[in-house]
Amino acid sequence: MSPVELVEEAQEPAEASTFSLADLLAESAAALTARPTRTLLTALGTILGVAALVTTIGLAKTAGNQIISRFDELEATRVLVRPEERQQGRNSVVVNVIPFDAGDRLRRLNGVVAAGTKSDVEIEGLARSVPVVDPLGLNEFQIKVVAASPGLFDAVRATLETGRFFDHGHNDRGDNVVVLGPGAANRLNITRLDNSPAIFIGEQTFAVVGVLRDVEREPDLLNAIIVTDGFARDRLGLLGPGEVHIETDIGATELIGSQAGIALAPDAPDQLRVSLPPSPRGVRSSVQGDIDALFLILGGVSLLVGAIGIANVTLVSVLERTGEIGLRRALGATRMHIASQFLFESATLGALAGLIGTSLGILAVVTVSFFRTWTPVLDPWLPFAAPLAGAFIGLLAGTYPAWKAGATEPVTALRSGT
Amino acid sequence: MKTPVVELAGVRRIFEGTPPVVALDEANLTINQGDYLAIVGPSGSGKSTLLHLLGLLDTPSEGVYRLDGIDTAELGERDRAGLRANRLGFVFQSFHLLGHRTNVENVMLAEVYRKGSKSERRTRAIAALERVGLGHRLDAFPTTLSGGERQRVAIARALVGEPSLLLADEPTGNLDSVTSEQILDLFDQLHHGGLTLAVITHDSDVSLRAERTVRIQDGVLSEATVVPTGDSP
Repeated sequence: MSPVELVEEAQEPAEASTFSLADLLAESAAALTARPTRTLLTALGTILGVAALVTTIGLAKTAGNQIISRFDELEATRVLVRPEERQQGRNSVVVNVIPFDAGDRLRRLNGVVAAGTKSDVEIEGLARSVPVVDPLGLNEFQIKVVAASPGLFDAVRATLETGRFFDHGHNDRGDNVVVLGPGAANRLNITRLDNSPAIFIGEQTFAVVGVLRDVEREPDLLNAIIVTDGFARDRLGLLGPGEVHIETDIGATELIGSQAGIALAPDAPDQLRVSLPPSPRGVRSSVQGDIDALFLILGGVSLLVGAIGIANVTLVSVLERTGEIGLRRALGATRMHIASQFLFESATLGALAGLIGTSLGILAVVTVSFFRTWTPVLDPWLPFAAPLAGAFIGLLAGTYPAWKAGATEPVTALRSGT
Repeated sequence: MKTPVVELAGVRRIFEGTPPVVALDEANLTINQGDYLAIVGPSGSGKSTLLHLLGLLDTPSEGVYRLDGIDTAELGERDRAGLRANRLGFVFQSFHLLGHRTNVENVMLAEVYRKGSKSERRTRAIAALERVGLGHRLDAFPTTLSGGERQRVAIARALVGEPSLLLADEPTGNLDSVTSEQILDLFDQLHHGGLTLAVITHDSDVSLRAERTVRIQDGVLSEATVVPTGDSP
């Protein structure tokens, strides 16, 4: 052997070790499928974490939409007008500029469905339905009295149990007629109107023309005796209605809110305070924000636990597979090859867990929605982002074990059996 | 004359510590193509260190190691790993087979870190298994095999891709005498087929089969001069 020959031989390039992507995939898949039960259990934490996350995000979205649709129906068509309180010196003074024909004025505005006035009034004395005073039985009650214009019944969406609402005629004449809320009727023992019952409040006598079944707004009407504005004006000295309730078309509240003040008090619209429902967009974001924040934290915590689970088991499996690592190094694997295989295994595990978790989560959202008769609402990015998040978790969890596997010295590794 | 498979010149391996341990001292060794070499010595003598150096699993502290004429000191990790993949075959005492994979799959693992066509991996693995006489147990799992059969699978894995050197570390250490004989017969057969073998052993039966015997004592390598009955028939 001449030195020249040796040098020539030495020029021959050494074949670098390779680990193709196809092999990486195949080796990782083989390792994951070698013990399917264990793989599944390892992934369980992440599966539950992702499922919790997807469920909570999905349910928050779904529930948020349901809440808003309820707001839409009742709240988003309601406008309330009250006199503005003003500071005069040390006292707050209310100058009432609401006219008694407020309901009629507002009805003329485009977008108003119904409008009526409501005022708390006081009549001296207790209410009773029988003219005699029974010393044994309790038949006199302190019952709230409310004065209303006929338009109020539509504006609060009242329904009748029996009888009728009082009308403009009653109101204009200031007749002694009342409509009873169901609570008040019950206490006064009035269940039917065919015998033309009357009630007494102090010295005043009233004919009962109707009994309410329910109202959708202003539930205090349910326990009240409702007299006409006209009666309150003529006989009780009511100077002006306390508040105006307006039901608008959907989407008309902003418009009516800007017009109501001028329609009611053209000379002093600034003395009225108009309450509008919260803007739907605001409601949506605030409700959803609350729910999301809470549930996202919960989901995040479960994901963290899942990640720790993967890291833990992967680390154990690195120790268990020390012999295999040694063998692979002997067969020509570099540190990088070993590390990338373990990293890819844990990332794949995370992605699979994410996929399963997403499926379970969506299933849970759909199931809950089915039983609550909700429409399930999912962000379209969610089913794609969740498995990616799982893969990321797996990648993160596998980093240390993979580094550990790569750093295992082949000499030491081969000493341990397979 | 052909390039020797292995050339060790003045190789030392010192393990850092207090005091430093000289596991291998000034080793000079040449293994030519077709050699059948036994490395013997008591435990703790430096046999394993020598094997790890020869197998490129460890690097010498000093000295030159050429494998097929390539100076391994200058190589990076990928190239050293590449040499292990392409030019070296390992056989271990504890077989190191993956229990969840069939025999063929275990043998195919040898080519994962190698360049070359993947489509014929299976064909080559089957050929290797047939060469060691296990053509009938291709799809069995190693866990169902006897010790001797497992070692054959491991040998088949080392043979795939025709390595320049087959390194065996106590290949019969876990086997009974009858099975050991069979494995040694297989080595003889492979040797006659032109394979270069280096077998580490403390078993005289094994070293007697080899053409050459190298003895290590306290990290010092010495070629046994006379091998009375070492020649294979």
